[in-house]
Amino acid sequence: MPLLNVTDLRTYFHTRNGVVRAVDGVSFTVEKGETLGIVGESGSGKSVTCYSMMGLIPTPPGRIESGSAVFDGVDLLNCSNRECRAIRGKRIAMIFQDPMTSLNPYLRISEQVVEPLVIHDGISGKEARKRAIAALEEVGINDAASRLDHYPHEFSGGMRQRVMIAMALITQPELLIADEPTTALDVTVQAQILELIKRIQQTHHMAVIFITHDLGVVSGLCDRVQVMYAGRIVETGDTRELFKNPRHPYTRALQKSIPSMQPKGQSLYTITGMPPDMSRPMPGCAFAPRCEFAVERCRNEVPALAEMAHGHSTSCLRVQSGEL
Amino acid sequence: MPTTDTILELEDVKTHFPVERGFIFRRRVGTVKAVDGVSLTLRKGEVLGLVGESGCGKSTLARTIMHLVPVTGGRVRLDGKNLADSSSDEMSAVRLRLQLVFQDPYASLNPRMNVHDAIAEPMIVHKVVPKDRITARVAEIMTLVGLAPRFMKKYPHEFSGGQRQRIAIARALALEPEVIIADEPVSALDVSIQAQILNLLASLTRKMGLSLIFIAHDLSVVKHISDRVAVMYLGKIVELGPAVDVIERPKHPYTRALVSAIPVPDPDIERSRKRIVLPGDPPSPLNPPAGCAFHPRCPFVQERCKAAVPPLVATGPGREAACVRLDEI
Repeated sequence: MPLLNVTDLRTYFHTRNGVVRAVDGVSFTVEKGETLGIVGESGSGKSVTCYSMMGLIPTPPGRIESGSAVFDGVDLLNCSNRECRAIRGKRIAMIFQDPMTSLNPYLRISEQVVEPLVIHDGISGKEARKRAIAALEEVGINDAASRLDHYPHEFSGGMRQRVMIAMALITQPELLIADEPTTALDVTVQAQILELIKRIQQTHHMAVIFITHDLGVVSGLCDRVQVMYAGRIVETGDTRELFKNPRHPYTRALQKSIPSMQPKGQSLYTITGMPPDMSRPMPGCAFAPRCEFAVERCRNEVPALAEMAHGHSTSCLRVQSGEL
Repeated sequence: MPTTDTILELEDVKTHFPVERGFIFRRRVGTVKAVDGVSLTLRKGEVLGLVGESGCGKSTLARTIMHLVPVTGGRVRLDGKNLADSSSDEMSAVRLRLQLVFQDPYASLNPRMNVHDAIAEPMIVHKVVPKDRITARVAEIMTLVGLAPRFMKKYPHEFSGGQRQRIAIARALALEPEVIIADEPVSALDVSIQAQILNLLASLTRKMGLSLIFIAHDLSVVKHISDRVAVMYLGKIVELGPAVDVIERPKHPYTRALVSAIPVPDPDIERSRKRIVLPGDPPSPLNPPAGCAFHPRCPFVQERCKAAVPPLVATGPGREAACVRLDEI
């Protein structure tokens, strides 16, 4: 049985300019100890998918219209507050893109790192502090005992992200959701944080959902990848298979537009046009207006994910019918 | 194609900011050496990539070249003329020839100015185009950067990030400059949009014979667009040379680590290669380490690295690096 099973999740935002279908029928599973990468451009719904599971969607304007997210037998989208609280923040932890805005600037690190322990496990005082020091040491913060009493502004960006990770890990979660944790960091610091997440994932045998827009980051870290576009999953598969043999035209285009994959001197491959306006209804495939292979059918028929090879699914109608 | 004519020359340029304490009796308590002795040349038609992590001084160097921050030492020469000697009238003429494009197109455009006014503003200020020709010229430039002239009366909020960056580029092009300094022009954009802007910049430099200083932290982007690349660390250039050569065969330990830190979008290569992970963070420019600024993080550090600042020395055709152990590592 998978650790997390999301089925037909739809999260819409009801704004003055219409209904924005941020996540529009997303289904996926995460196994125990597995690393799943969710790749997409801004506005593709990759963060909203995870925010929906964690109950972080501002309501209104947001609303979870349908779907379920079953974590170890409990549906996170339809459960009592008590049941949810026992899972969110304890068995599922989350780290965010910007470690400066996700730490409270008024509180010492010590108070913030032990907070999950106090809330979920009722541990406080000396014991909590001991656990906090151990957690900071595990994420590679030297001199943790004295650093614990510092404020967030006394840490650099990379160190703050380490503190966030320590905070997330202190309750020994089974699933860690990492929402672009390295996007705001410098490349050499990004390399440190990626190594750290990889090591911790292995030692704790923890499942990780890694949200990113960078295919390069995914390639070294994730077992499986799913690519999102305009609120839907367009392709999913084993990392190696997906990189070697991308099927959906969007995945192919995304891979082709990475500068390091292209010969120097030539123009870079570009995807023409822009991501769609999600407040307008999309009768067909959302990528059709930008797709070089689109035919009449693509504009009228909403494609569904279909498995093409073992574990490798795509939602392109033309790939499914064997035309591409 | 780059020619051998130098258009812009930096000689030992320094930008130091005083750090002061006290309200009435202000006293100097330190100096931030944001740019500390940079020498560079930019040839006509050349694209020079400038890479480094945040805080290494690359943006300050851009502002120093534009004289937007005071130059505390060294010379910036445009066509052989030292800009520091220029009167304010001459300086305004210099700004016609040097233009800057900023990173964040959400912050660099005035939200209350429509596209026409934003692009026309530099032409009106510098009186380079007769009044009755301005609208026609704006339309021309918009077409050049890939924006339909019919959007002329729209405001920045009606455009996406990529389109805004096109407006910012159009604004820089309005004065037909010879040198454009682009400060992380694609960092705020999505991958698919990045490629569009990079292609635009590359084609503009070719078509208009522009020289471009392209500042970025992403080496793969720099490798693609630049002829030469300069790597900065804590206010100094540590390596300089032809872009492909430097990135494929880096010599300085910092450049090696920087290249190695880029994730490779191929699972087989990415999982089998050995990544150099640097310990720690870049040091503070307020209190830089003695000797080579990179020594606290360098895997090849020796006693003598801590003694003196290594100079940039020639290491091959067109290549320079600032490390005393180049032959040994």
